[in-house]
Amino acid sequence: MRHIISILLENEAGALSRVAGLFSARGYNIEAMTVAPTHDPSISRMTVATRGSEEIMEQVLKQLNKLVEVIRVQDLTEGPHIERELMLIKVHAVGPDREEVKRLSDIFRGRIIDVTDRSYTMELTGTGEKLDAFIHALDPGMVIEVVRSGASAISRGAKAI
Amino acid sequence: MTSPTTTQDRPSPELETEELTGAGIVVRALRDEGVEYVFGYPGGAVLYIYDELAQQDAVRHILVRHEQAAVHAADAYSRVTGKVGVALVTSGPGATNAVTGIATAYMDSVPMVVITGQVPVALIGNDAFQEVDTVGITRPCTKHNFLVKDVRDLASTLKTAFYLAATGRPGPVLVDIPRDITSHKTHYHYPEKISLRSYKPTVKGHPGQVRKAMQLITSAQRPMFYTGGGIVLGNASAELRKLVRTLGAPITHTLMGLGAYPASDRQFLGMLGMHGTYEANMAVQHCDVLVALGARFDDRVTGNLAKFAPHARIVHVDVDPSSISKNVRVDVPVVGDLQQVLLEMNQVLAESDQRNDPQAMQAWWAQIEEWRQRGCLHYKQDDRIIKPQFVVQKLYELTGGNAIVTSDVGQHQMWAAQFYGFDRPRRWVNSGGLGTMGFGLPAAMGAQVAEPDSTVVCITGDGSIQMNIQELSTCLQHHLPVKVACLNNHYLGMVRQWQEFFYENRYAMSYVDALPDFVKLAEAYGHIGLRADTPADVEPVIREALRLKDRMVFMDFQVDPQENVYPMVPAGAALSEMILV
Ligand SMILES: Cc1cc2nc3c(=O)[nH]c(=O)nc-3n(C[C@H](O)[C@H](O)[C@H](O)COP(=O)(O)OP(=O)(O)OC[C@H]3O[C@@H](n4cnc5c(N)ncnc54)[C@H](O)[C@@H]3O)c2cc1C
Ligand SMILES: Cc1ncc(C[n+]2csc(CCOP(=O)(O)OP(=O)(O)O)c2C)c(N)n1
Ligand SMILES: [Mg+2]
Repeated sequence: MRHIISILLENEAGALSRVAGLFSARGYNIEAMTVAPTHDPSISRMTVATRGSEEIMEQVLKQLNKLVEVIRVQDLTEGPHIERELMLIKVHAVGPDREEVKRLSDIFRGRIIDVTDRSYTMELTGTGEKLDAFIHALDPGMVIEVVRSGASAISRGAKAI
Repeated sequence: MTSPTTTQDRPSPELETEELTGAGIVVRALRDEGVEYVFGYPGGAVLYIYDELAQQDAVRHILVRHEQAAVHAADAYSRVTGKVGVALVTSGPGATNAVTGIATAYMDSVPMVVITGQVPVALIGNDAFQEVDTVGITRPCTKHNFLVKDVRDLASTLKTAFYLAATGRPGPVLVDIPRDITSHKTHYHYPEKISLRSYKPTVKGHPGQVRKAMQLITSAQRPMFYTGGGIVLGNASAELRKLVRTLGAPITHTLMGLGAYPASDRQFLGMLGMHGTYEANMAVQHCDVLVALGARFDDRVTGNLAKFAPHARIVHVDVDPSSISKNVRVDVPVVGDLQQVLLEMNQVLAESDQRNDPQAMQAWWAQIEEWRQRGCLHYKQDDRIIKPQFVVQKLYELTGGNAIVTSDVGQHQMWAAQFYGFDRPRRWVNSGGLGTMGFGLPAAMGAQVAEPDSTVVCITGDGSIQMNIQELSTCLQHHLPVKVACLNNHYLGMVRQWQEFFYENRYAMSYVDALPDFVKLAEAYGHIGLRADTPADVEPVIREALRLKDRMVFMDFQVDPQENVYPMVPAGAALSEMILV
């Protein structure tokens, strides 16, 4: 099953490689990994999308907790949560495609953020599935470049992790 | 990776403390930490530190001949004393040579601080002379590591390193110090206490879980204790003995746990696992409640996981939650420090009168005695060729079971574990997790430094001893009268045994041709060499070695090259499927 793990860790050089190193050394899967400082600049938030059985996830959480610089770990998929990903996508847009791309972007609530006479660059946010759906909706030959942030996620309700 | 404190935590410069160089801070911090010995090897990046070391005598330095040995010696010093061991090496090759030692300590959870020199801050990342990314290389084999980039962080980083090494699940912590940091000056302030918001090991056991555990244990028909290195590391032997004696239950140890419960006691069934005793392995396979304390269900212990302890409900106490339910699902987990948790368990026991059913216990013991009758460690004594087991037995007898025994890796290690009965913890020092050949001799040095008046015996093999033989020179320089007992079978015996059992007797590269004359070699290093060729030589050789109290003695026992370690659970088999003699 897919899990989204939210990690609060000391915002220190090397903390990121400790987490990444843990995943590779122990053979855990990483689908995506994002990291940035929180409102407290001494703390970073890392979000890891991963897959694994329940036993593996239990070990992943325990091993993460064991890292000296990790302050808190939670598997967000255990409760209600909201997941978002940002995608920047550049596509060929000439002739009749130009209007079609614009229309599609509107349907997916994308925004066109850069334009040339032959291309559009768009910004979309949503779950990974929605972003996948957008890409699928395009003619594969049209896509020039895709940049995805990887999942960010937060739990529902008033509490922090 | 960088230092744990933020700028605001630094002491204000107005505070009237001495100004010291970084090197001065290192040495002062070691002193304030109560460190008596540092094992190390100098080089460019640590010369300021060596300069400071030479100008005082509170912290003494043992000069080894290879950095790996420095780390093993510091490791063994820690295993024997329970204190944090300290090693000091230079950058680049000094650090890479130390890595095997660090990984060895990491696998066996030994508290250590390793200080490595680094190139000056401005040169880091430049492929400078003798630069390696030490923090990067050692990240997966340390509990934690630091690169100090500001001298003002040095003292608190060292304090944090000692704190991390010794608390929770212990382990080696590395502090990488660039050369220029050791010459920069700042006010010295060594924090008294460290508190990290991201690191809070659990010490006390959850009372509800402890009660549940005792409930399960005392209701067992066939209880079995399986305890490991955690009892030794956590100094929990006394509490363990109390609990096990009160309950009258059988107990086995892992290789790392030997000595925690007296081997000479009737309730002790010997070691379990791949080369464990028949009675210990059978008892684990047939028990209905297994009590695992400070043991991590290693694959050398469990054999085939799916068939491990099939009838047992399992209690597991460990300070590291990630050890629990990692390989084997546990019914009653307790996270906490063993000394504390065992104290709580003994309290619960004292306050209740629930005890195991005496009739069930009697039947259980009758069954165990039957297994014990099998005499699984029996070997055939010969009057011409020395049996390696015989040597270990004689060593045990002639040292009165009181020696500190270090070992290397191979058959000799298993015979040492099986035939030297340890009645106390911290007397048996070996590399279990990483299985590092070359550990034994430097470990014996560390042990001898820790206990100058004790007899320290290194039970080694002809292969292993040659992996750090250069340390014979250190023994001379520092007057370390260790006794090496080499079970010389002219083979990488453990490899040969596997080839005999599982590779149809094809002995690929396991015969060690061209062995040196160890007696002459010892003499060349300024020591005494003794050789035993027949069983009749064994006792006189050991007696002579022990008589030469102040001398390092190398005993070369020419033992049966074909002898195998029994019992043996083949890899992948269930614990009860032992190959017996
Ligand atoms: C050639 C060879 C053969 C071997 N054969 C065998 C064999 O037959 N049998 C065998 O047993 N081993 C054998 N080993 C050793 C094996 O590889 C493992 O090293 C060993 O089994 C692990 O021991 P342990 O479970 O006691 O764990 P350790 O590595 O000693 O780990 C200690 C555990 O205790 C916990 N702990 C530490 N401190 C505390 C504390 N204060 N409070 C609570 N918990 C704490 C730790 O978190 C950890 O989980 C062999 C090794 C070699 C090289
Ligand atoms: C550094 C290292 N290299 C290789 C091994 C693999 N190994 C395990 S036991 C062994 C043979 C050891 O030979 P020896 O020291 O003579 O001991 P014996 O088994 O003969 O008693 C080898 C090569 C190891 N454990 N460590
Ligand atoms: Mg050998």
